[in-house]
Amino acid sequence: MNKASNQRKDTTAVTENNKGMDRFRLLINQSKPVLEDLKHTLYLWRRTHLAMVGTVMIIFFILIALLAPVIAPYDPIAQNLDQRLMPPSMDHFFGTDQYGRDIFSRVLHGSRIEIGIILIVSVISLSIGVFVGIISGFFGGLVDEILMRITDMFMAFPRLVLAMAFVAALGPTLTNVIVAIALTDWTVYARLARAESAKVKSLPYIEAIRAVGAGRIRIMVLHILPMSISPVIVKLTLRMGTIILTAAGLGFLGLGAQPPIPEWGAIVADGRDYFIDQWWISTFPGIAIAIIVLGFNFLGDGIRDIMDPKIRR
Amino acid sequence: MVIVMTGVATIVFFITRIIPADPVGAILGGNAPIELVDKMRAELGLDKPIHEQFIDYVVGIFHGDFGHSLVTKKPILEDIFTFLPATMELAIVAMFFAIIIGIISGAFSAVKRNSIVDHATRVFSIMGVALPVFWLGLILLFFLYFKADLFPGGGRHSLFIFPEKITGLVLLDAIICRDWDTFKDALHHIILPAFVLGYAHAALISRIKRASMLDVLQQDYIRTARAKGLGKRVVIFRHALRNSLIPVVTVIGVSFGDLLGGAVLTETIFSWPGLGRYLVNALLVLDYPAITGGTLFIAFVYSLANLLVDISYAVLDPRMQN
Repeated sequence: MNKASNQRKDTTAVTENNKGMDRFRLLINQSKPVLEDLKHTLYLWRRTHLAMVGTVMIIFFILIALLAPVIAPYDPIAQNLDQRLMPPSMDHFFGTDQYGRDIFSRVLHGSRIEIGIILIVSVISLSIGVFVGIISGFFGGLVDEILMRITDMFMAFPRLVLAMAFVAALGPTLTNVIVAIALTDWTVYARLARAESAKVKSLPYIEAIRAVGAGRIRIMVLHILPMSISPVIVKLTLRMGTIILTAAGLGFLGLGAQPPIPEWGAIVADGRDYFIDQWWISTFPGIAIAIIVLGFNFLGDGIRDIMDPKIRR
Repeated sequence: MVIVMTGVATIVFFITRIIPADPVGAILGGNAPIELVDKMRAELGLDKPIHEQFIDYVVGIFHGDFGHSLVTKKPILEDIFTFLPATMELAIVAMFFAIIIGIISGAFSAVKRNSIVDHATRVFSIMGVALPVFWLGLILLFFLYFKADLFPGGGRHSLFIFPEKITGLVLLDAIICRDWDTFKDALHHIILPAFVLGYAHAALISRIKRASMLDVLQQDYIRTARAKGLGKRVVIFRHALRNSLIPVVTVIGVSFGDLLGGAVLTETIFSWPGLGRYLVNALLVLDYPAITGGTLFIAFVYSLANLLVDISYAVLDPRMQN
């Protein structure tokens, strides 16, 4: 009796297992083209040296940003006046500043701020830009004319100057720096998204969807957005370096993150008055900026090469 | 352009009205009697409702009146014209450097593809786009001024030299007056800041020039020219160099705006008495009429430059006229 029930259990388990396997196989078969595509992209990624180098650099920086509190030997903000202006040594790899703060720790913690700036600016400016661009491209006519003239107005300023004006109006804080850069940067994506959506709009499949009875918003969100987003994303990676340079420039001018926040541009400005004798304060954060910008530029160029089959050779 | 500029004026106006500073308090100090404050507000037109202030402001702009600076007490336009020539001079020399260095290095790098020169140029151009302008300025000052003493540390000319003012461009004025000492001195002062400002653009131009030159060198008409028996040098100079120039012009045009933006940072480092530094100082003390005027003026120059670039395309490439 006991045995029989056991056996029955076994058989049911096996059939369920088989069902599971079948479902799994089906899943694999369904996702095969996607996987192939992904594999191909990964292959191209590995073959594009630039993208690889860039990826490694960016991952390195993200790791540093995540691990900063663990790696950093000192508190980036705590002042230690006995240790003012110490040159680089085994205790302080990058030396200390006029308040005895360890530059190495400040640069490490700074990476969190820079990466935070990049992420938030990207999300905000991308959302505004894509929203404006797709509406403009989809509706065309008067809506397009008005939205594009507004975009032109924002593009009539050199970016840094407009960002400076915004920061001055809102007050120099880290949040406002992010808002200001995002408000100056969205125009690029708006123009690209507009061009793409205007192109996609007239394709036959949109007409088909419309004939089925889909509403405008549905068409824009589900059918035009995914088709026009990829060049925008490429542009975004290419612009990430510029975002950092703008943020650091504002910080350097004293219009960005306020002390004691360890923003790299602000640290360079801190060291400016001491530069002749204490070169290390300004030098290291500057190098850090250059490396992270380089990383994003490599990544952006690499992604563009992967996406653009004309350049791919 | 007119519509856009009006919009720009609107943006700038509202930006400066959000500034949480009290201009009257800034002029009179915190403890001024209330009657005086009211009188001052009336004088500055700040007692009117905001839309009337805005109309006054726009009408003022069309009459060339940007208001008075709270710091220098002079009309903004006068201030701008005092500071503008320095920025123009810096930008022009920087662009000159950028074009010369960029085109020569880019073309050379394309002709000698994969040689040491090519690799060096590519490293140079990669660095140019990544290095922060303000940091590069500091480093060059450190090595070339404090250490080697090859270049002066800042300013447009030495203290004991008083250049004639005709156009406000020190270099040009010195040439007009045949004052070669001043010319040499001013040139000596401008090289470093102009290089710092132009480096990123030289890098960009070099990169574009290299790409377009490589593209042109593969064209059939280059092969034809070579097959005809023309020398390599003639082909490169006559046929390739010129035809690969159009993308470069595009970049130069786009660069100009960034140059104005970069001038803000470069002028701060090299104590260059230009519009960028004027704007930064105005922002730091919240001199709002100066911020409005300065920003607006820079936007105007920037838009004008972009317009000129669009026109120059049509001249360079007649196909674009339609």
